[in-house]
Amino acid sequence: MYFLIAAEAAIFTIFVVAYIFYVGKSATGPQPAAVLHAPLFLTACLLSSSLTTHLAVRGLRSRNVRRFTWWWCGTVILGGIFVAGTAREWRHLVYQDGLTIQTNLFGTTYYSLVGLHAFHVIAGLLALAVVLVFAIRGDVRQEHSARTEVLSMYWHFVDAVWVVIFTVVYLIGR
Amino acid sequence: MSAARATVAVVRSERAPLVDTLHEWVTTVDHKRLGILYIIYALLFLAFGGIEAIIIRIQLIRPHNTFVSPQVFNRMFTMHGTTMIFFAAMPLVFGFANYLVPLMIGARDTAFPRLNAFSFWLTAFGGLLLYFSFLGGNGLYGAGNAPDVGWFAYAPLTSRTFSPGHSTDFWILALLLSGIGSMGTAINIAATVLCMRCPGMTLGKMPLLAWLNFTMAGLVILSMSPLTAAQLMLLVDRYLGGHFFDVQAGGSAVLWMHFFWIFGHPEVYVLAIPAFAFASEIIPVFSRKPIFGYPVMVAATLAIGFISMSVWAHHMFTVGMTSAGNTFFVLSTMAIAVPTGIKIFNWLATIWGGKVQYRTPMLFCVAFLFQFLIAGLTGIMLAAAPFDWQLSGSYFVVAHFHYVIVGGILFTIFGAFYYWFPKMSGRMYNEALGKVHFWLFTAGFHLTFDFMHVPGVLGMPRRIYTYEPGRGWDIWNLVITIGVLFQAVATLVFLGNLLWSKLWGKVAGSDPWDGWTLEWSTASPPPAYNFPSLPEVRSRRPLWDLKHPEDPDWHYE
Ligand SMILES: [Cu+2]
Repeated sequence: MYFLIAAEAAIFTIFVVAYIFYVGKSATGPQPAAVLHAPLFLTACLLSSSLTTHLAVRGLRSRNVRRFTWWWCGTVILGGIFVAGTAREWRHLVYQDGLTIQTNLFGTTYYSLVGLHAFHVIAGLLALAVVLVFAIRGDVRQEHSARTEVLSMYWHFVDAVWVVIFTVVYLIGR
Repeated sequence: MSAARATVAVVRSERAPLVDTLHEWVTTVDHKRLGILYIIYALLFLAFGGIEAIIIRIQLIRPHNTFVSPQVFNRMFTMHGTTMIFFAAMPLVFGFANYLVPLMIGARDTAFPRLNAFSFWLTAFGGLLLYFSFLGGNGLYGAGNAPDVGWFAYAPLTSRTFSPGHSTDFWILALLLSGIGSMGTAINIAATVLCMRCPGMTLGKMPLLAWLNFTMAGLVILSMSPLTAAQLMLLVDRYLGGHFFDVQAGGSAVLWMHFFWIFGHPEVYVLAIPAFAFASEIIPVFSRKPIFGYPVMVAATLAIGFISMSVWAHHMFTVGMTSAGNTFFVLSTMAIAVPTGIKIFNWLATIWGGKVQYRTPMLFCVAFLFQFLIAGLTGIMLAAAPFDWQLSGSYFVVAHFHYVIVGGILFTIFGAFYYWFPKMSGRMYNEALGKVHFWLFTAGFHLTFDFMHVPGVLGMPRRIYTYEPGRGWDIWNLVITIGVLFQAVATLVFLGNLLWSKLWGKVAGSDPWDGWTLEWSTASPPPAYNFPSLPEVRSRRPLWDLKHPEDPDWHYE
């Protein structure tokens, strides 16, 4: 898993580099400063979902399957809110501000970078949801804690990437 | 255990029908079978890439030749480069790593056998996709089949405007798929080395081959991903109308060059480090001496891996970077020569004073030492930016990197084939044919690539489909093409030797070379479980300890 994370981190690095390289180079509008608003609430959701997975895995390790299920469920909900929020943000950008992936360089780099991250969030959510279904059916036991930990490691990584993207896109990039 | 063996024997003796055998091979997760699948697949693509090279060389044999059209010529050099790097060299390296690493570290399989199979089939379908472009590359536009954008596919040549049809898309998707496959295999190799070593085998007692392949895996993980990211961006450009590499909308063609070479240079070492690994196993055994300077070899390998991540822009001196940028990349590139030089001296010191046996694997490794040295020297020449401004994009560069890839890497891979063929097939190869292969191939190699430097210095650019007579290039091109003929015949001898020996060669036994590493302690070919009981290791040469209990290595390490 560490090696997979290293490979994924390298992919994200390249996209982030491309984003930074092209900041302010768009030939036409809209520019990021005009249309982007820092999604503080969504960021809070995603970051706290890292905490909930951590608590869930800790619960499982101490044989508390109920606690695991609840915290795990919380993670899925928080992640779901994040994805829904991103979808709303994109909808607003496309229909109100007229920014698509074809509009300008900002559109191209923004949608690919945030989209790549959203894709990872969705993939993670699917995996989390599968485990949640297992947990509700009562198939998750203490001996699975190592496996859930691998998944939570992936989830932490996705969150950490979001911190970078948030800094680059919404703070520096504007 | 004996009951299990008995059933295995019964199943073997009945000789399963062909369908069952095929089914077994297709669904296998055994690292040895996957290794052999990788190797056979790579040999197939080596033949394809070789045929493309022959077409290129026939076209260039004399000025104003009309053997193929300019369009076909572009497709041939693109397909030749892409095939040889991604679908011949990489699978060869992965095949040997898959086969050998678990055996040499005393493991029963890799860490993730199913990931291993998945990665192989991804790579395999990537290659099929690339070659399907000959049929399906036309797309709706009727323009061009098979990719023709060069193996590094510079922007904006890859944009929709200049590459209509689907040939470039096939190129992107093929590399994307095989790239993901490579990452899977690399993750698997790295995890195997870290987690699956047999009792007693500390990192410091691991065979060099395992160390070097571990470094290679790390490089693949860190360098394949930028390529994957860049391919994704190119797909966004081509299919969603993005502007990453669209100069008219402010995008940058130079950014693609950076992304490609951030992959492209470490890729050389992804191939070269396993080649070093083969040399580091073969040279000691045929010199009857342990490798000289083991810890230094490991350190030099790690240094090469580390430095190779920071030299990529030496492919871009002619782009016009700042002088600070140029200086940095000149110095970092030249710095790589230091650990590489250390390695060459260590191999020489291993041979020095040894009882050298010139069997075919050793011959290939000795030739490798000479040729890799020359390749390194022309590399240092090209690393000097002013020299590169003069010769970048000429046949001198083509000669240089073929010297690295053929003279360095392919030679040790041939050596590895002969050295481990008895282990993989259970039969000895034919020594006389092996020597014929060696001498023919070496003669051909030098005819082609020594003389290729000359038209480069005389100003012949790469990738031209023909040239004017009377520029002093004619005779050199003729000689180069004649050399290719030798190499082609030699390769046929090699393939014939493998095939003949597999069927009728004499039985090799478990340890034909009097080797020292763990793969020689088990049967040839090894059973599915590799080792009846997991070996225990006390030194870097466990089989030496076993054969010489009165003077074991661990007294000295
Ligand atoms: Cu390079």
